Amino acid sequence: MLTTILQQLINGISAGSLYALVAIGYTMVYGVLRMINFAHGDILMVGAYLAFFGISAFMLPWWASFITAIIITGLVGVLMERLAYKPIRNASRVSLLITAVGVSFFLENLFLVLFGGVPKAFPIAPIFHGVLNYNQIYLPVVSIYTPIIALALLYMLLYILHNTKYGIAMRSIALDIDTTSLMGINVDIVISLVFFIGSSLAAVGGILWSTQYPSINPLMGIMPGLKAFAAAVLGGIGDVAGAAIGGLVLGISEVLIVAFFPSLAGYKDAFAFLLLILVLLFKPTGIMGKELERKRF
Amino acid sequence: MKRTLFKTVFLAFLALSTVGFSISKVFAASNDIKVGVVFSMTGPVASFGQSSWQGLQVAKEIMPTALGKKIDLILVDDQGDKVQAANAVNKLVYDNKVDAIIGPLISGNVMSATPIVEKAKIPLITPTGTNPLLTQGKKYISRACFIDPFQGKVAAIYAIKNLHVKTAAIVIDSAQDYSVGLAKFFEENFKKLGGKIVAKTFIQTGESNFSAQIAAIKPANPQIIYMPCYYQEIALFARQAREFGLNQTILAGDGADEEALIKVGGKAVNGLTFTTGFAPEAIKTAIGKKFEAAYKAKYNKLPDNFAALAADSYFMLVNAIDRAKSDNPIKINTAIRETKNFQGVTGNITLVNGDAIKPAVIKKVENSKFVYATSINP
Amino acid sequence: MNRNVILTIFSIILLFVFLYYASHHFSKYTIIILNNIAITMILAVSYNLINGITGQFSLAPNGFAAVGAYTAALLSLTPAQKQAMFIIDPIMPILGSIHLPFLPALIVAGLVTAFFGFILGFPVFRTRGDYLAIVTLGFGIVIDIVANNAITITNGPLGLKGISNYTNVWWSYGWLVFTIFVVMSIINSSYGRAMKAIRDDEDAAIAMGINTFKMKMIAFIVGAFFQGVAGGLLAHLITTISPTLFTFFLTFNLLVIIVMGGLGSITGTVISTIVIVWGSELLRVFDQPMHIFNFTTPGIPGLRMIIFSLLLIFTMLFAREGIMGKKEFSWEWLFSVIKGGKKNGK
Repeated sequence: MLTTILQQLINGISAGSLYALVAIGYTMVYGVLRMINFAHGDILMVGAYLAFFGISAFMLPWWASFITAIIITGLVGVLMERLAYKPIRNASRVSLLITAVGVSFFLENLFLVLFGGVPKAFPIAPIFHGVLNYNQIYLPVVSIYTPIIALALLYMLLYILHNTKYGIAMRSIALDIDTTSLMGINVDIVISLVFFIGSSLAAVGGILWSTQYPSINPLMGIMPGLKAFAAAVLGGIGDVAGAAIGGLVLGISEVLIVAFFPSLAGYKDAFAFLLLILVLLFKPTGIMGKELERKRF
Repeated sequence: MKRTLFKTVFLAFLALSTVGFSISKVFAASNDIKVGVVFSMTGPVASFGQSSWQGLQVAKEIMPTALGKKIDLILVDDQGDKVQAANAVNKLVYDNKVDAIIGPLISGNVMSATPIVEKAKIPLITPTGTNPLLTQGKKYISRACFIDPFQGKVAAIYAIKNLHVKTAAIVIDSAQDYSVGLAKFFEENFKKLGGKIVAKTFIQTGESNFSAQIAAIKPANPQIIYMPCYYQEIALFARQAREFGLNQTILAGDGADEEALIKVGGKAVNGLTFTTGFAPEAIKTAIGKKFEAAYKAKYNKLPDNFAALAADSYFMLVNAIDRAKSDNPIKINTAIRETKNFQGVTGNITLVNGDAIKPAVIKKVENSKFVYATSINP
Repeated sequence: MNRNVILTIFSIILLFVFLYYASHHFSKYTIIILNNIAITMILAVSYNLINGITGQFSLAPNGFAAVGAYTAALLSLTPAQKQAMFIIDPIMPILGSIHLPFLPALIVAGLVTAFFGFILGFPVFRTRGDYLAIVTLGFGIVIDIVANNAITITNGPLGLKGISNYTNVWWSYGWLVFTIFVVMSIINSSYGRAMKAIRDDEDAAIAMGINTFKMKMIAFIVGAFFQGVAGGLLAHLITTISPTLFTFFLTFNLLVIIVMGGLGSITGTVISTIVIVWGSELLRVFDQPMHIFNFTTPGIPGLRMIIFSLLLIFTMLFAREGIMGKKEFSWEWLFSVIKGGKKNGK
């Protein structure tokens, strides 16, 4: 029993780190634009596909393919913002939400048309190969790498946010976008940067996800995206560290629920949303508790 | 200005769709024999649809006409979803006014299409729907493949007699009628031969994380795992099972018979064995050899179970139309149901109440390739 | 009886004459589309009540439609059918034995869904804006998951089959007329004015003494009732239901419709439903291979959805007000257009 719990705990941390990576992107975009970018989960999918094509079609070594995929995905995020979100930046929340849903469906179907609905087998990078066995506890190597990578990226991001000019600009925009632009900061560039970072992180999440579950298809981003969003809200929407914590909490609790109540395994996904609803009812500012609600109507 | 732009685009959209719609109607030649095809081209079993469509097209090239009339194949994607399957069949029957339908490929989808064709009296041939309920009490449903009571029995016999095991765990896909049915038949026959089911667990199509199910099976220590699911879930399950130290042989059904199983499963699926309807090495008929050669020439690979059965459905249909000497759907259906000793790609086919009595083939995955093991006759 | 009422009743009679002609002369396929239009319109109109009129951005309709569809189907299937269908786990005994004719089944479905709306309303309306959207989205997802896993109630992912095909144009359009009547009555009453006040400025509405919670609940529950009925009608139209029918995609569709028609305009919703549902069918052409002379253009599944989503994005970028904005059709407007035309023309 103890080994099972330990095993599940490790699974949970691994899953949680994946959610964290994607959640950070959600929370950053919400922070600066007050919009829920529904298309974010699909950005994860874009990252996975680009990495896949780098390796299989362009024959790049895995590290080159991954880096290229991450950068290009970041640019895709910037493009998405420029084309679809920037023109309606000052419109009502409803409009932004609807547009985001439109972009999400567009990405999913674009990839469906371009690459077909048949799932493709994602090649696993050599360093992620293998399973460690310690005392009946099985650790896929990638499960160890994932939290480490997530932690490293989180640390870098927090450094950027608190110690660089652009980072401070981002946090300033999150507080008050109009005043920030009055202070002479080019708001457009900072927002593009936010999307670049968020999308790149989602791409990392997509690659790691596809390494653990090596089958990619155009609709793969939907569920992880929604759960990452739940994680972001759980941690306190708008707060980067909160998103990471929310991701971990979600990943671990999901796994523990299944471990202790195996007959409820099918409801595992529902759990994330029930948790989300409860949090929104009783502590909408989430675990980290920052008040960001601003009226934009 | 913006409003006019919007209105222009809106009208353009309407115009475009109306034009497209009219084109498709105007140019549908009326003298052809129209055959509706409902395959899963996208979705969780997209590989089935892709293979079947390839097989169907090769078959059409070999026999493009029946009764001297050209055969028109109208393909609609059912996305692997039973509701979409019903919509597709509705459209083919009432809008395109087809004379016959080939497909859907999976049993659940055939079930939702059945009431429609029974009411409209249009013959339907499913290449690979194996659940016995599909034809029970129905007049217009036929199939080119065997049925699951037979398949489950073959699997049980193989497990007990060839693999020499006495205990098994079963993994069922609760989203598919196919999986639920086949698991039941395996269990019945396995128990009858003295075997014991030590664990039973459920997955759902589209799931990718099976750690909970694997954790449930491990302590029961079965000698084999019977997993009558589809290739995608089997492959992912096999990977994770091997990672967690669950190394027993996995036995499966014809839902595993897809290249994608090996591509996604990698080394984890070596040794996986399954029952299916066709293997290129088992071809005995002239049409079979002709089909194999044409398929290889066109697609540069050997045909698989789905391609072969789709081709057989097509050949059976053409044969029935020729025998009925008419393109009236009801007459075609009668002729289909009367198919006897028809030489198909997958062997000798005789239909009894719409079900095909045929041998089953056992295939294994060795060194990341499908290898033919043996055939078992009914 | 004033002129407007007479004109409205006359138009309804005209509608039913058209339906009579259609049911005897149009192809079965076209009739399915007509039914689809009516059912989608019921969903869209009742959805607009909470989203467009009351300004509360709910994403719950797919959940409500699911509840209504399953309830109606479970009530109208015979006990024998239910026994045969539930092959993984037998159905819960109470549900297994109950059996109602069509209309009572629909009404009960509507009431059960309204009850869900009532219970859900308490937590939902404690939140505002984006959070409200998320909570309602979560509800839809939870219902989807429950439908997939509560096998003794819903038969899980295998779904319910063999539902009797009771829905025909009379039922669907009959309910549609009733829905529009109820919704318009609410809008034109003091309740409706209060709802619009909440939409325009909720804090001011509270300051004016409006019981905002009560108003939002009314809009939500009425919406839920009709969405449940629509779900039931849908179940009896396609005769097979499974959880895949009621995903977020359904709500997305409705969202496109009410936004393009104009949030807050029922007339707009009516127009855009017809355009979108009909257009979707037409666009299906792009998903399939077409034969032109001897060429066959390959069908590209998914192309239809790309066009759809681009259309939505386009609307949001350039014409957020939709077709009608907040305006409604009225007989006065029609006459002024005719008279104005006569004056200018001749």
